[in-house]
Order: sequence, then C-alpha cells, then structure tokens
Amino acid sequence: MKPTPLIDQEQFRLIINRLCFELVENHDDFSNTVILGIQPRGIYLAERIKDTLKEIIPQAQIDYGVLDTTFFRDDFRRREQPIAANATSVPFIIENKKVILIDDVLYTGRTIRAAMDAMLAYGRPSFVELLTLVDRRFSRELPIEASYVGKAIDSIDSQRVTVEWAHLNKAKKDRVVLHTSAHNE
Amino acid sequence: MNNQLSVQHLLGIKDLTPEDIQLIFKHADEFKDVINRPIKKVPTLREITIANMFFENSTRTKLSFELAEKRLSADVVNFSASGSSVSKGETLIDTVNNILAMKVDMVVMRHPNPGAHQFLSQHVNTTIINAGDGTHEHPTQALLDAYSMREQLGELQGKKVLIVGDIKHSRVALSNIFCLQKLGAEVMVCGPSTLIPKHIAELGVQVSHNLDEALAWCDVANMLRIQLERQGSDNHVANFPSLREYSMRFGLSKAHLDKLDKKIIVMHPGPINRGVEITSDVADSEHSIILDQVENGVAVRMAVIFLLAAKIKRN
Repeated sequence: MKPTPLIDQEQFRLIINRLCFELVENHDDFSNTVILGIQPRGIYLAERIKDTLKEIIPQAQIDYGVLDTTFFRDDFRRREQPIAANATSVPFIIENKKVILIDDVLYTGRTIRAAMDAMLAYGRPSFVELLTLVDRRFSRELPIEASYVGKAIDSIDSQRVTVEWAHLNKAKKDRVVLHTSAHNE
Repeated sequence: MNNQLSVQHLLGIKDLTPEDIQLIFKHADEFKDVINRPIKKVPTLREITIANMFFENSTRTKLSFELAEKRLSADVVNFSASGSSVSKGETLIDTVNNILAMKVDMVVMRHPNPGAHQFLSQHVNTTIINAGDGTHEHPTQALLDAYSMREQLGELQGKKVLIVGDIKHSRVALSNIFCLQKLGAEVMVCGPSTLIPKHIAELGVQVSHNLDEALAWCDVANMLRIQLERQGSDNHVANFPSLREYSMRFGLSKAHLDKLDKKIIVMHPGPINRGVEITSDVADSEHSIILDQVENGVAVRMAVIFLLAAKIKRN
C-alpha cells in the first residue's frame, strides 16, 4: 500500500520553526541549556533544530551532542536483529544544565528511557525536556511524554512512521509518511 | 552491514570473516569512548555471568578481560588452575561443566593446550572466548594489535607489518598473521631460523633473518617477547646461543630506528623483556604505542564480549 503523507515539506518547515520559537521562549539564549540528539535518526532533527536556532538567535553558543542508547536499552538479546552501536559525542558536562533530548519519533518511550540513562554518565542535569517531531500517541509503554511535539498522530503497532530528510533522499524533500503493511488493509 | 558476528564463540581469528573484524572494531570505537568517560560503565550485560578460567599464568590479559566484563556490568567469577581441583585430577570438561552448573553464560579461558577451546566448544553448552591456547591462537591480542595499528595508520589494506622474534612459540604471531591478512595487510616475520616455523611461508607471509632489511620494508614492527619459559622445550635444545646474542641480532634499538628514513610504529604485546627484544629507549619513545595497545585491549574485549553475548539465547 502506498505510504500516507503525514507532514509535507511546507508544514515541515513551519513545524520546525514553531518548535524553535517554543524553545527560545523557555531557554532564552541557551547559555545554560544543551541539546542532545538521539542516535541514529534523532540527530538529523537535532541538527536541523540547532541550525534553525542559530538563525533565530545568531549570537547564541549552543552546546550540541549526540547520544547513543544501544548499551542502555532494555531489549538487548530480545530482538531478532541486534542493534549496532553508533557514536556518542557529548563534549561537555551536563551537571546543573537544562537538557533538551531530541528524537524524531516518540513511540513506546523505551528509547527515551535508555537515553536518560545514557545521559546521566555526563552529570546530573537540573532539568530535562524532550522534543519530538512526531508523537505516536496512545502507543506508550512507559510513563514518558514529550515537552515539545511537532505533530501528534494516531497509529497502530503494525504501522511504521518514517521521517525523510531532504539531504538524505532522492526527492530532496523533507516529509513524514505513515507506512501500512499490506495485510492490514 | 550485518550487526551480528558470524560465529558463536571466539576460538581463533581463523574463524572470523573480515566483516566480523570490522564489526568488532566499530564497537570498540564506541567502547573506547565509554571507558574515557567520567562514568566508565554501561549496564548492557547485567543479565550475563562470565567465568574467567586461567589454566596458565596471565596478568595483563586477565585484568583486561575482567575490566572489560565489569565495565559492561556483567557478573564475573575468576578461576585459576593453581590451587583448584584440576590438581586433584578433574578433567577439563568436568571442571567447566561444574562451573556452568552455577549458571554461568560465558567462559573466557586460557589453556596451555592448543585446541582446548575447540574441543570444549564441541562438548559443553556455553559461549567460549579464547584468551590464549598454548602456541596456537590469542585472538583478542591480534584484534587489539590490528585495532591499534588502524588507529595510527587508517585502514590496514596494503600496509606492511613486521613481526619479530619467537614466531614458533607465539600464539600472538599466528593470530596476528590471520588477522592482518584478513584486513588486507602484508606480513613479514623476522627472527633466527630456529624460531621461525619451517613452512610458515605457506601462510603467505614473507620471511627475513635480517632485522635491518626487514625494518626498512615495514610500516609497523611488532616485537614479540622471547618466551624464556618455552625455550629449550624442544628436546631440551636451546633455540639460540644466548640472550645477549639474540638481542644483538634481533633486538630493536634506537640505532635501528635512526637509520631509517621514515617513522615506523613500534608495538609489543607485553610483558617486555627490556634490553632483550626491545631497548628501554625505544619502548618509551614516541614510536612506541605499547600503552595504547593496553588501553585498546579493554575496548576491543568489551566489543567481543558484547557481540558474543548478543548471540546467547535467552531461556
């Protein structure tokens, strides 16, 4: 079945801008705030957010890192195909900082739990928030909610949400689509 | 890229594919980052119990494995042959099965008999990592050596690696040859003819008996330890007249390095006999990456244990 579009290119741009202004409202010039993108796919969103924030507040110094959750996941040895580790790069200490975790899709909440564990290796933050582009609501398996949501959608387990990035796909377009496997039709 | 190793055990480098080795390196990169953080530990293997069984002496390898296991949050039990029931005549299979009955998931073993791990893997139901079997293989040492070279030189395809010393008694040499060849490097061995196995050229390695010529050829020189405990074991005939003569002909000194018109990397698997295979000024020089090897050893062993643990079935 053809994937259903959820967010097209223009909406995508507007959502990113709105999320950034929401962040600026709460974090001023980011002097005490750090951004952590979650590997593997959250880092594209985190980079986009960071670049857009730079346009909005050019004078800001934004601390940016990427976090891999592989060694902190609760599904080690429980998956058919194991997850390979990705790079973690947090070149600063987050002690007493405000942390914004960024992932593209919030689904069961298990990745975010693992990310919070991974994050604590770099200090005790004063405050942690979560930003996500797509919130697959009603699918949570843990009591985790996002502080900033691009778009909340209703989906079922057999469906898949993918975020496509202009710099990574052939169509050169940013968009989000919902895939439904054939046997659910 | 496949995210799984092609093997259930690490018995030797011979069984690994080049993709396996790259997968181990990729994970070692991430674990090296982990062990350089303020909190040097990840919780991944909290469900796994590992037994370190050393039927032969070891300080560095045992410590390195134990640290790797603890930094992955595995539970660790240690066993050494001295003072155990082995001296009462218990067989290897019985010893291991008794330990496994205490719900151990993985065995890291060093054993004086070549092939002990292969044999054990066929008779007991557990994941086995070879930490050295006699004069056969020492796969994690070869992996950490290649990983350390790669850190200095980039991918090893086409690089020239020289292994000097007691090739005949060295499990490090054999594992290194397999590992480097799988990664596309060229290998030369150098030493007195009594310490070079007769048909080693069959493995596709070059042989030299002249250290100066060999050094001029190579990018990396891996100086092996003269295994004093294994000399004279072949019909009680010594393999070279004296340590002094060995060190004059095959010991690496500053004078050798100064003669070269390039900078080569010097490695040593430890423990060093200073003044025999390598002089102190070389071991402590900027050419030497001996301490990097030790640091990388923990990261590489974490990668191996993590990837093998991922293949252990849950009950």
